[in-house]
Amino acid sequence: MNYQEILAKYADKPGGMIEAFHAIQEELNYLPEEVIIEAAKVFNKPTAQAYGVATFYSMFSTAKRGKYVIRICESAPCHVAGAAEVVAALEKELGVKMGESTADGLFSLEFTECVGQCQATPVITINGEPYLDVAPAQISGIIAAYK
Amino acid sequence: MAEEMRIVLRNYGKIDPLKIDDYIAVGGYNALNKARSMKPADLINEVKSSNLRGRGGAGFNCGVKWNFAYMAQADQKYVICNADEGEPGTYKDRLIMEGDPQSLLEGMAICAHAIGATQGFIYCRGEYPSVVKTLNMAIAQATEKGVLGDFSIEVRMGAGAYVCGEETALIESIEGKRGEPRIKPPFPPVVGLWGKPTIVNNVETFANIPAIVEKGAAWYAGIGTPSYPGTKIVTLTGDVVNKTFFEVPTDTTIREVIFDFGGGIPDGKGFKAVQIGGTSGAFIPAANLDTPIGFDAMTEIGAVLGSGAVFVLNDTRDIVDVTARIAKFFAHESCGKCAPCREGTMRMHDLMDKINSGRGKSADVVLLNKLGRVMSYSCLCGLGQAAPAPVMTTIEHFPADYNAKLV
Repeated sequence: MNYQEILAKYADKPGGMIEAFHAIQEELNYLPEEVIIEAAKVFNKPTAQAYGVATFYSMFSTAKRGKYVIRICESAPCHVAGAAEVVAALEKELGVKMGESTADGLFSLEFTECVGQCQATPVITINGEPYLDVAPAQISGIIAAYK
Repeated sequence: MAEEMRIVLRNYGKIDPLKIDDYIAVGGYNALNKARSMKPADLINEVKSSNLRGRGGAGFNCGVKWNFAYMAQADQKYVICNADEGEPGTYKDRLIMEGDPQSLLEGMAICAHAIGATQGFIYCRGEYPSVVKTLNMAIAQATEKGVLGDFSIEVRMGAGAYVCGEETALIESIEGKRGEPRIKPPFPPVVGLWGKPTIVNNVETFANIPAIVEKGAAWYAGIGTPSYPGTKIVTLTGDVVNKTFFEVPTDTTIREVIFDFGGGIPDGKGFKAVQIGGTSGAFIPAANLDTPIGFDAMTEIGAVLGSGAVFVLNDTRDIVDVTARIAKFFAHESCGKCAPCREGTMRMHDLMDKINSGRGKSADVVLLNKLGRVMSYSCLCGLGQAAPAPVMTTIEHFPADYNAKLV
C-alpha cells in the first residue's frame, strides 16, 4: 500500500494521524516530508501541526532509517545491567555510531528509554521485537540473523 | 514470610489469554452482569467504599473519580485505559494485558456502565506491539460474544513519549496531537477526550474492578493497609536475586519485598539504596526499609509508591552515575510545554553530568537542590514536578557519594 492509500484509510478516524503514521512507518520505516505535508491535508490540519506530531514522538523519524531499527534501552535498570557494553558491541559489529545507519541501508542504531522488559536486562529491540538479557558476545549472532 | 496475594493477576498463567471461553469458565464477566443489575450510583458507591485508589501513581479514590464523570451531563462520555506504562523498571500492566486481557475489558465495561459511557479506548504504549495484537484479539472475541453490550473499545498505540502517561497528555495523543499536558482544572472527568467527561484509569486499577464488584467493597477494604487497601504488583530490577514480579498486599514492607520475595542482594554484596515507583521515584536508604509499600506510608518517608517498580542498588554501585543517567532521561522526556521543566530538566542533567565527571563544586549541589525545589512546585505536570526527586533524595541520603566526586 502506498502512503496515499494508508492516509485515506485513516482519514475518517478521529485523531487518526498517529495511527496513520505508525502504518506508514511499517511500510517505509520513516516519515518522508511529502507524507507529512499530505497528512496535514488529509486530516485538515496545518502542516506545522502534522510536522509537530511527526517530530514529538521518539518512535517516528523524519530521517531515512535502515530496514531494521535496533533500539537499545538506556534506562536505569538496563544502565546498571551493562547497556553501555552492548552499545559498544553493536557499534563495533555494524561499524556505525548510535543514531546512524549502515551504508547498505539494513540497520539503524537508536537509543530508547524503557521498553518494559525489565525482568531481563539489558534489553534491545529490533523492529519492536525484544531481545532479553543481551550480552555483548551475543550481538554478532543476533545481527547475523537479519543479514 | 509474607505471602503473595493475587487479585489482579488472579488468572495470570492459569488461563489462555487468547480464549475468552477460558476467562468465562473461571467466572469472567459475572461481575459485569452483577454491575449491570445495579444502579450506577450504587455501583459507584460500592467502588468508592472499597477505597480502591488509582494504581497509576496518583492514588486518587477510584469511585470518587467515577462519580465526577457520572454527575457530569453530556451526550457522550469516554472510558480510557492508561496502558502507557513508561516508568523505567515497570512492566506490571504488560503482565495483565498479556496474561488476562479480558479482566481489563471487563473492568472498563463496568466503569462504562457506572458513568454512562458507550465508547472506550485503551492507550497502549508503542513499545508493546504484541500487546496491541492481544488486546485487539480480546476485544474482537468479547464483541463477538456480545458480553460488552453497547460498549465498544478501541486500541490506540502510543509512539514513544513518557509524558503520555500523564492523563491529559494521553488524551491529547488520542486526539492525534503532540502529547502535551493540559492545564488543570478542568479535570478529565468533567472535560476530557474531545471535551467530553472522561475517566482515565490505569490497567491495574481496572483489573481490580471485577474482583471488587464480585466479592464486595468490604472484602477489598480489609486487604492490606486500610488507607490504600488491596494489593500492588511490584516489579523487581537491579541488584536483586529474583528479578521478577510479585503481587503483594499493601501492608508488605520494602524489606520483605527485597529480601523475602526478592531473595536479597546477589553475590554477597550489601544493600545501598532502592528506588521505588519508577525513575521519578525517590531513592530510599536502608533506614527506611521497614516502611509498608502503601501509598501514604511511602509519602511519609518522602518517597512514592508510584508504579510499583523496585530498583535495587548494591553497595558497590555509583549512585551519582545512576542519578546522572536518570537526569538525562528527564531532559529527554520533557515535552517542552512549560519552561520550568523544559529548562529545568536540561540544567539538572548538565549539573549532574558535571558532578559525575568530577568537575562539580559544592555550589553545584546547592544549586541542584534549589532548582529541584522550584521545579517541584512550578512545573505544569507530574513529570517536571517529580523529575527532581531522584536527584534531591540521593543528595539528602548519600551526601558522601556526591562529596567524593566534587573538586
